[in-house]
Amino acid sequence: MNWLDQIFVTSGHQLVSLAPASLQPAASVLLTIAAIMAVCGGCFALTTIIERKGLGRIQNRRGPNRVGPCGLFQPLADGLKMLTKEDIVPSSADKAAHFLAPIILTVPIWLTFSLLPFGRNMAALNLDSGVLFFFALGSATELAVFMAGWSSQNKYSVLGAMRAIAQMISYEVPLALATVPVLMLAGSLSLVDIVQAQGGYALGFVPRWNVLTPWGLVGFGLFLTAATAESNRSPFDLPEGESELIAGYLTEYSGFKYALFFLGEYLGLFAVSGLGVTLFLGGWRAPLPILEWAPSWFWFGGKFSALIFVFIWARGTLPRLRLDQLLNLAWKFLVPMALINMLAAAIWHLSPQWGGVFTSPPMRWLLTAAMLVFPYVWLGRAVNPRAGAKREYAYAE
Amino acid sequence: MISAEIHNDTSALAEFEPASLDHDVLEVAMGPHHPSTHGVFRMDLVLDGETVVKLKPVFGYLHRNHEKIAEQNGYLAAIPYTDRLDYICSMTNNWAYVLTVEKLAGITVPERAEYIRVIVGELTRLFNHVCLAGFLLQDMGALGTPLMYAFREREKILDLFEALSGSRMMCNYLRFGGCRCDFPEGWIARAGEVVSNFSAFLDEFEALLTDNEILQARAQGVGVLPAALAINAGVTGPSLRASGVDYDLRKVDKYGIYARFEFRVPLGKNGDVFDRYMVRILEARESLKILEAALAAIPEGPILDPKTKLRGLRPKAGEAYGRIEAPKGELGFYLISDGGPKPYRFRVRPPSLINLTILEDLCLGHTVADVVVILGSIDIVLGEVDR
Amino acid sequence: MLGSGIIKGFIETGRNFAESYFVPERLTTVQYPEEQLPPHENTRTIPFLVYDASDPAVGLRCTACQICEQECPPGCIRIVKDTTKKPDFVGKMQFQPAVFEIDISVCMGCGICAEVCPFDSIKMDHVFNLCAVERLESMLVRKERLAKSNDYFRSIHPREAREIDAQRGEEKAKAEAKTRAAAAAKASPATNPVCGAAA
Repeated sequence: MNWLDQIFVTSGHQLVSLAPASLQPAASVLLTIAAIMAVCGGCFALTTIIERKGLGRIQNRRGPNRVGPCGLFQPLADGLKMLTKEDIVPSSADKAAHFLAPIILTVPIWLTFSLLPFGRNMAALNLDSGVLFFFALGSATELAVFMAGWSSQNKYSVLGAMRAIAQMISYEVPLALATVPVLMLAGSLSLVDIVQAQGGYALGFVPRWNVLTPWGLVGFGLFLTAATAESNRSPFDLPEGESELIAGYLTEYSGFKYALFFLGEYLGLFAVSGLGVTLFLGGWRAPLPILEWAPSWFWFGGKFSALIFVFIWARGTLPRLRLDQLLNLAWKFLVPMALINMLAAAIWHLSPQWGGVFTSPPMRWLLTAAMLVFPYVWLGRAVNPRAGAKREYAYAE
Repeated sequence: MISAEIHNDTSALAEFEPASLDHDVLEVAMGPHHPSTHGVFRMDLVLDGETVVKLKPVFGYLHRNHEKIAEQNGYLAAIPYTDRLDYICSMTNNWAYVLTVEKLAGITVPERAEYIRVIVGELTRLFNHVCLAGFLLQDMGALGTPLMYAFREREKILDLFEALSGSRMMCNYLRFGGCRCDFPEGWIARAGEVVSNFSAFLDEFEALLTDNEILQARAQGVGVLPAALAINAGVTGPSLRASGVDYDLRKVDKYGIYARFEFRVPLGKNGDVFDRYMVRILEARESLKILEAALAAIPEGPILDPKTKLRGLRPKAGEAYGRIEAPKGELGFYLISDGGPKPYRFRVRPPSLINLTILEDLCLGHTVADVVVILGSIDIVLGEVDR
Repeated sequence: MLGSGIIKGFIETGRNFAESYFVPERLTTVQYPEEQLPPHENTRTIPFLVYDASDPAVGLRCTACQICEQECPPGCIRIVKDTTKKPDFVGKMQFQPAVFEIDISVCMGCGICAEVCPFDSIKMDHVFNLCAVERLESMLVRKERLAKSNDYFRSIHPREAREIDAQRGEEKAKAEAKTRAAAAAKASPATNPVCGAAA
């Protein structure tokens, strides 16, 4: 069903051809931008309500279900609420930085969506250095966090912003390192090429997605953990923790600017989920040969939704880590694991060429699995020394 | 006996010099409006960076003159007000008070009523302990999931209480010499169902929480209460037992008919937040044993002593101190009677308040995030602290 | 191993999520006001006065003994005795209240008034939709609004009403038997030893 698969591409071409020839490039760009903003904005609205209902179901209760059927118009109500709130700017605040911070947060993230291949031939920009550009934009958002905290001229906000920055910078490293094996084995930084490299089926029905290899699985786990921390989501939501004393960099924001921060956080989550799907879960590829009739954008959307669901699930299950524990986890566990993972991926790739016993597939599985499991257990014990010892409780005589 | 040594130990901190030139300290008030302070409660913190160097608990925001009202209204009318002390555990509050009045006036309690008291008291202990675990996790940022599970089970028990006494929380159920009314039809069967399902719920709850690495990282080694300090400060209840001190009033005083039931008293070794949480979960399991035995063995008979009077009780002049092992600790009532229809002096020994006095010692050297967790683990209810 | 506890936690919450769709115990929301949980018999909210038969002016059980007023812990009941008396269900003349007011914004719903009433006249109601926008008109409930029939009492407290009705029926029967015996004794003076010799 190729026409369904390419329906967005072809209808986009049709619309653009309606414009006069000289304006067609501009029209194409504008159409792409409009499409991405519409889809991601709609996703944002849907995710807020799905998250609330999902958390509700985890907690044995319904989520919002009064506004619209099954509560689906709740985002409209929330949006209306945010927009009609008074925009309070502290008198001693640095006005320019205060105004620009939410914009600097959201604009780079919109830019990252242009790189993601939403389906076959559906990446807005096929940059040769796609992943690099992606990480550069992701890091730009951290500047906005600091601007928000600093411009508020409130010692609590500055402290909160500094904690948030420390968290985000610490987790950039494992995020990037976790993607390096993928780049090594795909041989390219372009996201479209990385999806191409995950094509085909082993044994006839097992897709060659990166997550279905030992190094890919570990890399995906690291990527997910780092992504949760980058988006300031539970269990790494210390900067926004409401039970913390220091209220964080968002204290002095209200109204539309707060809504922009909120939007930026969720869009960041979408961007990094999209990247995870592309790098590890095979992008828009179908999981089984017989399912290839379904459109590619459907598979991308499905995997993307599954990842979002995992994030919501984690939010509903786990308590928050303290800042020093969070940073410990990043530097003493995730970074060494990511480095060992790179080595394991290299061995996975090169070991069949060593000849002899290494040419059989189970051998390289065993080798890489052993390389990953032992450091995992050892590092885990090092970072949480109490996890091993189970406490015994005596009873009074 | 209690305060002198403690004061000497913390005097060094009481003289802490806040604003020296090369040391930047932050003085912050946490509360009274705060999502994690368990009620209207304020803590004046002095922070050096993120570490707590001084903590002063400030309470009294919920003071409602409970003792004075009881002294003005008389013995019977004080019972509904005792519901509102530790407003989560109204049955045990009632029990401590009626126990004291029975001691003062020499009233006996028939056997069926004693069994009823044990049943409602242990049901109260069950939901108090799981709800504490839920609140503790809520403070740690688990966004309410364990709390919702605990509340789901608590709803079943509150339903039982409503069927029995007419009200979910403000039960006003125990009377001098027994209970107000007998079980409605089918209550024992329904209570038996709740009790038999509770063990499976505790297994699920522990699967969610006890081995959770994040909970362990945040709770183990945090807020260690040494046994000597706990005894000196008069801490009672699960917090004391988590520090390793074997002191449970159900075994020490053997009030009511607790001597007839087989149950163990769990003890912790480290006295940290995790031990306080685990001791409560283990105690909840022991309460299930008591409940099963009591529900099976409850005899027929009257629920009120035939010689007792509902109105116009005038105990002979004298004084009495009655105490029980409430879910939060030793809840005691001290009554002085002058022979009239109203107590001359009505004094409550609130376990939450006494346990709160060691908050500063527990929090020193920890960060602000830990203060919230430590406060949660002590298990206070402001209704009891302020009365 | 690091992460095993977290995995167990995920399984728990995942199970709750999945089961919330088909196991009723895992979705405990009662969507008020479309769904409401039925109250228990013993549920108590605010008091009300019971009257027998169909006319509160005639059948109101309250005899203005003021015991509930004295025992009420927050003191929210105000009773003023009427100067005239009226007969109760056995025919004995009793006082009645001219004014019987309860300030339900003060009332705790403790039920002590219902417990101490010797005439089974004040009982605890089940109504809880008592919001009002001002205090005195709506929250100070007077005798007319407090009085509800014994049929209503039986509908909300069936077991208690049955017991009370049985007891009152017995007392009424005993009182009637006594009056009949007294009337019979008066009607046949021959057998009356007080009258002395037979007429």
